[in-house]
Amino acid sequence: MQTMQTFKLVKKEIPAWTAGTIDTPAGTVFRVSSDWSRADYWGMIKSRSSAFRMNYSVPPGVYAVGDPTKDSDVFVTANYKLSFDIVRRALKGMAAWVLVLDTKSINVWCAAGKGTFGTDELMNRITLSRLSEVVSHRRIILPQLGAVGVNAGNVLKETGFRVSFGPVEAGDIPAYVDAGYKKTKEMSLIRFSMLDRMVLTPMEINPVMKKYPWFAGGVLLLFGLAPTGILFKQAWQSGMPFLALGLAAVFAGAFVTPVLLPFIPFRSFAIKGWITGLLATFLTLQAMGGVPGQSVFLLAAAYLLFPALSSYIALQFTGATTYTGMSGVNKELKSGIPIYIISTAISLVLVILFKIREWGLL
Amino acid sequence: MKYLANVTTLQFFSEKCTGCGRCVEVCPHGVFEMRDKRAAVTDRDRCMECGACALNCEFNAITVNTGVGCAAAIINSLIYGGAPSCDCSGTGNSCCG
Repeated sequence: MQTMQTFKLVKKEIPAWTAGTIDTPAGTVFRVSSDWSRADYWGMIKSRSSAFRMNYSVPPGVYAVGDPTKDSDVFVTANYKLSFDIVRRALKGMAAWVLVLDTKSINVWCAAGKGTFGTDELMNRITLSRLSEVVSHRRIILPQLGAVGVNAGNVLKETGFRVSFGPVEAGDIPAYVDAGYKKTKEMSLIRFSMLDRMVLTPMEINPVMKKYPWFAGGVLLLFGLAPTGILFKQAWQSGMPFLALGLAAVFAGAFVTPVLLPFIPFRSFAIKGWITGLLATFLTLQAMGGVPGQSVFLLAAAYLLFPALSSYIALQFTGATTYTGMSGVNKELKSGIPIYIISTAISLVLVILFKIREWGLL
Repeated sequence: MKYLANVTTLQFFSEKCTGCGRCVEVCPHGVFEMRDKRAAVTDRDRCMECGACALNCEFNAITVNTGVGCAAAIINSLIYGGAPSCDCSGTGNSCCG
């Protein structure tokens, strides 16, 4: 069987999301199913939570949904498998072509920002897949968010294909087609619901938690340090509140702030994160019964360090939102970074002062 | 949800606009709307500087500094130099979720 795509995995193993093949003047292409298998759902979960998504892709090229003809619509998407899955599911019951661009297994919007879902790749893929032989018309429908990387005017000039930017969400494609390829205002706006934000949090938490052992090691070392060496029992007992505060700051910055985003006052992510961090610090200290020896030095250090840490982590979420821009993030960092550095430095000094006092040197 | 006020670099030159409507079609935040057969800016503070409008305006009526609005990318570029890039490979930062 000669098709446009070859599957690198195991030659005999044709993916479950295919449903036979269809012949076109440009060659045989795979027909795809609009249903998700258990493997598709599992793939979504893994790609949402880990680096698994880096290689979660489908081969680029033309695919068929249903029984498309030379007059059927062409929908363009990325070769990130999850993007592709969402599109094929949205096209259920329709007869259409799907043109998959090689975006290095990255979703449409991010790939468009990088330029891989871009004018050059689109023109290249139109040529490579001989799209002008597959269909007799010259219209292609792109996801609206692809407009960040695709210059529709250049595509028309170079390939003769007229680009329409469809809805933001693939789920709106049937309504868009039914309305005569017209978008309602709602269809062209990107939303950012609590669920949208929640599914992004594992990728906020995981990278930070990879660094947590370093923080924990540092805390235990500092608190365990005694003139006679490192006391492990003391390290645990004195270090425990700070270890818990660290986790609370991660939770506040990487989970609470993203999920409750519009309900936390101020527009600045740094301030939002600082507020949730302050609350988390307060609550954790209440739960832990305060800091070792109720030291004022340690208390001050905790209130300086952990809200700032939560603020810093919350600021990272700007990379995943649908509405923050570079100028704003730059502005936040300009005032934020010095504050983070100073807060960390002062709290470190305070902890050292506590240690010096503990050793009776002061 | 709106981000910081008065930070966007979006500029719209109404006199160059031919009213093709591309900007309205591509903007994911409804920053543009058609008024009297020309585009008009509704609320600049909704702009996230994605650059879709400027890239697709054939009449150069729109300019905006686009770039990665990702703190991790900007911090990396401050430390290691170079332009901020939301390159997800390796570090596993939150971009491209």
